[in-house]
Amino acid sequence: MSLYSSRRRTNAIATTLCWTGTIFGLSWLVLILGALIYEGARGLSPAVFTEMTPPPGSTGGLLNAIAGSLVMTVIGVLLGTPLGMLAGTYMAEYGRYSKLTMIVRFINDILLSAPSIVVGLFVYTVVVARVGHFSGIAGALALAVLVVPVVVRTTEDMLLLVPSPLREAAAALGLPRSHMLMRVAYRAAKSGIVTGVLLAIARVSGETAPLLFTSLNNQFWSTDLNAPVSSLPVVIFQFALSPYKDWQQLAWTGALLVTVAVLLLSITARALSSQGKHK
Amino acid sequence: MTAMPVVEAAIPTKVSVRDLDFYYGQSRALKSISLPLYTHKVTAFIGPSGCGKSTLLRILNRMYDLYPRQRAEGEVLLDGENILDPGIDLNLLRSRVGMVFQKPTPFPMSIYDNIAFGIRLYEKLSRSELDGRVEAALRGAALWDEVRDKLNSSGLGLSGGQQQRLCIARTVAIQPEVILFDEPCSALDPISTAKIEELIDELSERYTIAIVTHNMQQAARVSDFTAFMYLGDLVEFGETNNLFTAPHNKKTQDYITGRFG
Repeated sequence: MSLYSSRRRTNAIATTLCWTGTIFGLSWLVLILGALIYEGARGLSPAVFTEMTPPPGSTGGLLNAIAGSLVMTVIGVLLGTPLGMLAGTYMAEYGRYSKLTMIVRFINDILLSAPSIVVGLFVYTVVVARVGHFSGIAGALALAVLVVPVVVRTTEDMLLLVPSPLREAAAALGLPRSHMLMRVAYRAAKSGIVTGVLLAIARVSGETAPLLFTSLNNQFWSTDLNAPVSSLPVVIFQFALSPYKDWQQLAWTGALLVTVAVLLLSITARALSSQGKHK
Repeated sequence: MTAMPVVEAAIPTKVSVRDLDFYYGQSRALKSISLPLYTHKVTAFIGPSGCGKSTLLRILNRMYDLYPRQRAEGEVLLDGENILDPGIDLNLLRSRVGMVFQKPTPFPMSIYDNIAFGIRLYEKLSRSELDGRVEAALRGAALWDEVRDKLNSSGLGLSGGQQQRLCIARTVAIQPEVILFDEPCSALDPISTAKIEELIDELSERYTIAIVTHNMQQAARVSDFTAFMYLGDLVEFGETNNLFTAPHNKKTQDYITGRFG
């Protein structure tokens, strides 16, 4: 009986600790989100979406930063996704048992957890330093380098989850491997791979460090990707550190926009992947 | 055991396995197997788990080729042509030797596409010809009446027994010559099992069939010939009626009377 009551006591203590830990962790998240919404929402106005980043002391918006972020993210994802999917497909389908796959997987895992500032420096040395100036293209390349490992990993993982009886069944019909891939394996892995790409977008859309070394910033509207381009994270970084009240306000609002965008992407990814599971 | 068993020499042989050895890495899973599959007859492979019956079946369409470190030595002649020859076109071979698996494996697409998929690979047909072929395949697998109104819904929504018949329809649709069944009923209830067995019986009018089964009653019900295997050896091969009523080998007798396995 005492054994039983001591187990109950241990259970109660463990449960309390778990709850405390959860509440401790969550309360910081709530505080951060609360401050962000409180401070960011105050600065929300149509001007944010229609005007350029202002010089200190005058009014303005974030249009050039929003546009720059969108363009660079889109290009980065368009460059990185096919590359990552091809590599992941090779690893899961063609080279499943080869040594090369093990090596690539190991390197990809390192790349996956590499600090993004390293990627920024890499693109700086390879592109910016050679060309001689910062550019939107360099920023997009840096983001692409960040997208690749995420997509490689999810593509490989999702294809490996396709049950081998399904693969065998396709082979048993005399399907060439390419058909099996396109018509059966990708179909079965589709929602997982899309989720991976969305998560990759979510990851790069908040990146600041790689852009500081590559696309830098631009106070004006620019469609020239060969010139410095503005982006939300860099503007937030610059404005938040400035002594000007109106710049700080714009930084809060920009941070809110990035957070909401990432949140929406994550929710979509979650919804897609759970939909895939119920099928 | 290496000599080709001679049973009713009058029946033509579709597949002839000769001195076949099979290795998973270093371990030898099949030891000098020789047996025939007679044209338009059902041959059952029985034996306790690990005896090599599924391994043997998976050699007949070179399914083992998907995996590394597996190799076969000897000869498997399909209409006189050795399918173990490295130069053989695997996709063509598999279009001639179809396979139905233990677990139903419908593709993640509509019922119609599950069947049309394979046909489109080999033939260019008009929509109406394709419709006809899909219907014929589904009728051939005794599934048409159950799915005729929902051809466009997902194949994954069918019951297990229906899914298995869909897989049979898919295999039949590309008009193979030989069909391999790898324990096709082990995941099904008795009623679905009865339907599949009936189907195998009908299919044997047009196809040469090999079936692996754990269920001796099933082997006795559906097959014309039976091969009893044990630890990689072919212990006995003969007409199903003879093998089950008057086995020559003590081990066969012990197995079919349920003394082991």
